[in-house]
Parts: sequence; structure tokens; C-alpha cells
Amino acid sequence: MSTAVKKEHKSAPPERGGPATLVEAIRQGIWEEMERDPTVFVIGEDVGTYGGAFKVTDGLLDQFGRERVIDTPISEGAIVGAACGAALMGMRPVAEFQFIDFISAGFDLLTNYAAKCRYRWGAGLPAVFRGPCGSGVRSGPFHSLNAESFFLNTAGLKIVEPSTPYDAKGLIKAAIRDPDPVLYFEHKKLYRLPRLREELPAEDYIVEIGKARTVREGRDLSIITFGAMVLTALDAAEELEKEGLDIEVIDLRTLAPFDKAAIEASVKKTNKAIVLHEASRTGGIGGEIAATIAEEAFEWLDGPVLRVASIDTPVPYSPPLEDYYLPQIKDVVDAARKLAAY
Amino acid sequence: MRISTKFAPRKADDGKPLTCTTDTDLKREQLLDLYRYLKLTRLVEERLVNLYRQTKVVGGVFRSLGQEATAVGTAYALGQQDFITPLIRDLGAVLVKGIRPRDVFAQYMAKAWGPSGGRDLNIHFGDMERGFIGPISHLGDMIPVMTGILLGARMQNKSIVGVAYIGDGGMSTGAFHEGLNFAAVQRLPLIIVAEYNHYAYSTPTSLQTACRDLAEKAVGYGIPATIVDGNDVVACYEVMKQAADFARRGGGAVLIEAKTYRRKGHAEHDDQRYVADGEIEWWEKNNDPIDRFERYLLDQKVANQEKLDEITAGVIREIDEDCDWAESSPMPQPEEAAYRVFDNEIVPPSLRPKVLEN
Repeated sequence: MSTAVKKEHKSAPPERGGPATLVEAIRQGIWEEMERDPTVFVIGEDVGTYGGAFKVTDGLLDQFGRERVIDTPISEGAIVGAACGAALMGMRPVAEFQFIDFISAGFDLLTNYAAKCRYRWGAGLPAVFRGPCGSGVRSGPFHSLNAESFFLNTAGLKIVEPSTPYDAKGLIKAAIRDPDPVLYFEHKKLYRLPRLREELPAEDYIVEIGKARTVREGRDLSIITFGAMVLTALDAAEELEKEGLDIEVIDLRTLAPFDKAAIEASVKKTNKAIVLHEASRTGGIGGEIAATIAEEAFEWLDGPVLRVASIDTPVPYSPPLEDYYLPQIKDVVDAARKLAAY
Repeated sequence: MRISTKFAPRKADDGKPLTCTTDTDLKREQLLDLYRYLKLTRLVEERLVNLYRQTKVVGGVFRSLGQEATAVGTAYALGQQDFITPLIRDLGAVLVKGIRPRDVFAQYMAKAWGPSGGRDLNIHFGDMERGFIGPISHLGDMIPVMTGILLGARMQNKSIVGVAYIGDGGMSTGAFHEGLNFAAVQRLPLIIVAEYNHYAYSTPTSLQTACRDLAEKAVGYGIPATIVDGNDVVACYEVMKQAADFARRGGGAVLIEAKTYRRKGHAEHDDQRYVADGEIEWWEKNNDPIDRFERYLLDQKVANQEKLDEITAGVIREIDEDCDWAESSPMPQPEEAAYRVFDNEIVPPSLRPKVLEN
């Protein structure tokens, strides 16, 4: 019988705070939660000896042992189902999808079991389902997904997606401590992006689920976005500033349930809104947010709510194709100019 | 694990009517308890059919007529700390696990006092204290969930076994495979009770699998399997006792195939046009699990007819009381629909937006 061979390589435990990339922040968060609470455990494909495809769980096996860092067969049904069962027993599983694209293979148990347990019979199911999402990294139709829209119409699942190391650590801790199932999406393009590297506090903190963050304050127009598109929005805002447009950027951070109050407040201030996201346009979260703005803040609007999103195709592989697919800074700038002219 | 392969005989070896195995250590009180649960299961379902005909049941009624011994016998071999996740035709196991008929009646009538408060149907609920995890409609899903229950229990150093019931139809799903494969790899004490009851809705087992016996599938998971006469309640008890001992001692997952027969349709509305003439009648006349067990109890002089009648009278009293209780329950308040999607202390309930109320 063969088992994965453990070579004489020991990964260093994460720093407590200090300068961190997004991937380091998530690893810190999981590590600290596993230290704090013995019911927290990690389960997924290649999360143990190998430390995860993106090394989010690197070193956890050495520190916490095979009982709490569980390598599974290639079986999303087993991962999700086992996380659900363990959560019912009072454990707090952190389940990894190697790529969020594979969440489709666990869809049934997520939407029919995890999402509905509390509603059906009052059994809270405190489980985190996390994994790398997002396009722009030339990975083609099966390693580039943004999956939030598949789940927005399922009551009972919270969805978060951080865009900074600080939020990543605070949100993973909040997700692990949450009494209900949380989908935690990590944009793989941001994992090691030097631009995002930031100093994290040494002390314990969480970022509350359900709260958006104003990344950039502005008077003329709101861009409501999340994930890697926060950077696109900020870059567009800088360009627009040269033209005298003062852009506000809202990072949703939580996609379900999203922060209606923050969106409303921003739109009532700027009177104009663009919703920017990386998933395809049709059926995307942009439509939901635009509808919310129309219902809650129609009288404050000075122009239509615009959506800037990817085109309605699978995510293509070749760089020119993927760049055509994805919203670019120029698309945001153009949309903002058009809207500003109202 | 010792494997008994005497199963589903068309008739007893000596030509006499079928009864149950005498190869058991069950005491008189336990045997009578088994009888009580068999009768309770059948009569609760019969009462549900009455309620259905009076249009008091919301939705369908699903019967386990003719296969009650599998659920009752296997569940009776478990400890209080052990877990089960049954399917719709395993009401007997649910009752053995200590769920009261009143809860089942209230569920079927969509009442506020039911364990799901009217949010879900029949036995679609759970009771962690009693080791009962209700199923969902998606067959096979509960296998990986039970694997997770056992994984959690192992981390908590709890010595429990978990029993997941599945049928010849449910074993065709991907979730069944994924859950059992993972449990087998992890050597978790998961016991699959695979009920060969001949039909999944209208589809015969021959269109579900090319295997002759469901037990053959165990080879593919590297786990042991055994086949039991699912209409012999004593044999079902004994085989589960062995399987549970094996799993509890660290042997890993086990599969028990129970050969039985579903005498009613998928639900009450089903006219069973797909069943050959005379087939149901044959099983009713020659291989009814309760008839067989009554014969056993009388032959072995465990009880006389008077004693059995007394037990049945007690069961009927309990059903009457519980049914009255469930009928007296109000229907849920409409706005209850908005609550409990999430922990409402954190996320407010999903009440209707005011704009729609005028």
C-alpha cells in the first residue's frame, strides 16, 4: 500500500500578523482558528502532505496532524457531504475546492443539504467551503470560474470574496466562526499580487460578514464591485480623476447577503452607479444590485445603472480572447464617461 | 466477518410456511419489543393512509408494507449513541430510534407542531440526540453526510457506528459512490443497508444495475458484504449486530444487502401497472415479515396469541393518542416561512418586502 511520502521539508508556521499577501493572510487565518478552536479542521484534495494546490493549507498537517488535515479522494460530493455531517456533529470544517470550478460537482449537497438544514429542522451547519476562483490568469474554461451567481438564488448560503489581505484574514475567521454555511471565494490572481501586500495586525480580529467597505470615497459616481475587479475599478478611478471625475469605489466583500445599506448610501450620495463584476453579464450579481438600486434609490438616480461585466461566453484560454472576454480598465472608464454625461 | 448467505427463500427448506431464524440470543422481552415495533410501523402507515384518504395529509404517503422487518431489525441492533439515516421506506428504523409517531403524523399533515414546523415533509427532519438524521429527496446524498458524521465522531473520540439505508435505485447515484468510497478509504464505521425491494418507483432492479446482488458492489470499495433475508426480522437484527461489532472494532465500512419486496407502489397514487400479475399476492401470502415473525413467536412459545393481541392493542392506543395530538396542532403561521434560513440573530428573517403588501 502506498501513501504520499513526506519528505524532510517542514513549512514554517505563518507569522502572526506582519506584512502578508492574500494567500498568506488566508493561511494565517485558518492556522489561528485551528489553534484557537479544536473543532476546526481542514478537508479537501491534496490539502495535507502537499499543502493545497495554491499552498493555502501549507504546513497545517505538520502542526495539526492527519486527524484534522484530511486528504480526500477526488470527490467533491464526499468533501461537501462529509463537511456537512461533521458540522452537524459540532465540528467546524473548512472544506477546500481545488478550483472553484469543481464546486459544480458538489452543487447538489451544497444547495440541497448544507443550505437547507437549518430551515428544515433547525440544525445549524457551521461549515466553510472555500477555493480559488476568478479569471484573467490564462487558465481556460475549467479553472477560471466565478461561481457566485450559481448560489445567489439559493437561500441559506452566505458568500464572501475578499480583495485585500486584511479582509481575507478577517473574513476567513468570521466565516469559520459563523453558525451557518459560508462559501468563501478567493481570487487566484490576487493570491500573491505584490501590490496587495499589506501589514496585518498581530492581534486577533474579524471582518464582519455582510458589510461592504468604501475603498475610495468620491462624489460623482459609485462603482460597486468586489474581488479582483476592485483593482480594475481603482485603476479606472485614477484615470478618471485626471478628467475631473471623483469616483467612489465600494467593495462588497460579502455577496450574500450583500450590504444594501452601503450601496444605497453611496448611490444617494453620488446619484450614479456602475456595477462591475468578472462573471458573465446575464444572470450575474450586477442585475440583482441594479434592481435593488432601482427599487430603493430610484429618486436619487441621475442616470441608468450600468453593468460592466464579462461577455456571455465560457472563459476562453488564449490571452487576446480572455482579454476580450473580461472587463478592462478602459471599459470601466468608458462606462463612467457615458454615465457622467447624464 | 462471518457471512450468512441464507436469504429470501421462496419457501422454507422443509416446505412449511416461512418463519424466522432461531439462531439468536434475543431475550423474550426483546423479541416482543421487536414485534411491537413491527406492528407500530405497519399501523402508523395504515393510519397515515386513512388520514390521506380524509385529505388530511398534505402530499403523498409512502409505505414500507412488506419490508418493515429490514428497518426494524437492523435498527434494533444499534445503541442509543449510534446514528441512522433512513430512506422514506425505513419508518421502522426511525421509530426504533425513539422518534414518536406523533412527530411523524404532524409532519405528514404539515402541522406547526411537527419537528420541521411545516417546512418539510414526512421523515425529512432529524434528532441529533437520538442519532437520527432525516433524509432528503436526493437519493444517495445521505451517504457522504453520514461519512461526515462518523468523521466528526472520530475526531471527538466517540465510539459510534453510522447506518445509512439505501435502495437498489439509490445505489445508482454518484453521491452513494462518493460517500461510501471515502468512508471505506478512511475506514470509518459506516454500515450500508442496501434494500433490494425489487422496484425504484416503477423501475425494476434489472434496469438499475447489471449486478445480480447489490452486495457484489462492495468489492469495488474493498469492504466486506453480507446478504440477509430482509423479511426475517431476527436475521436482520443478528446481521446488524455482527456488522456493528465489526465496524466498532475498527474493521471499517460494511455493506448489508437485505432481500425484501415492496408491496405498495412508490406512493399511494401509484397503480403498480408495472408489476406482474400475482407477484404482490404471492409475497403477501407467503412472505410477509409480520406473519413470519408471529409464526416464530407462537412456534417458539415466546408468546401466545393473547399476548400478541395485547401488544397490538397497546400500539393502537399509542397511535390514537399521537394522531389526536397531531390533528390538534395548528397549521403554521404564514410568516413563519420567513424565519430560520440563517441564524436570525445575525441575519434578519426574509419577510415579504413591504412594497408588495400595499
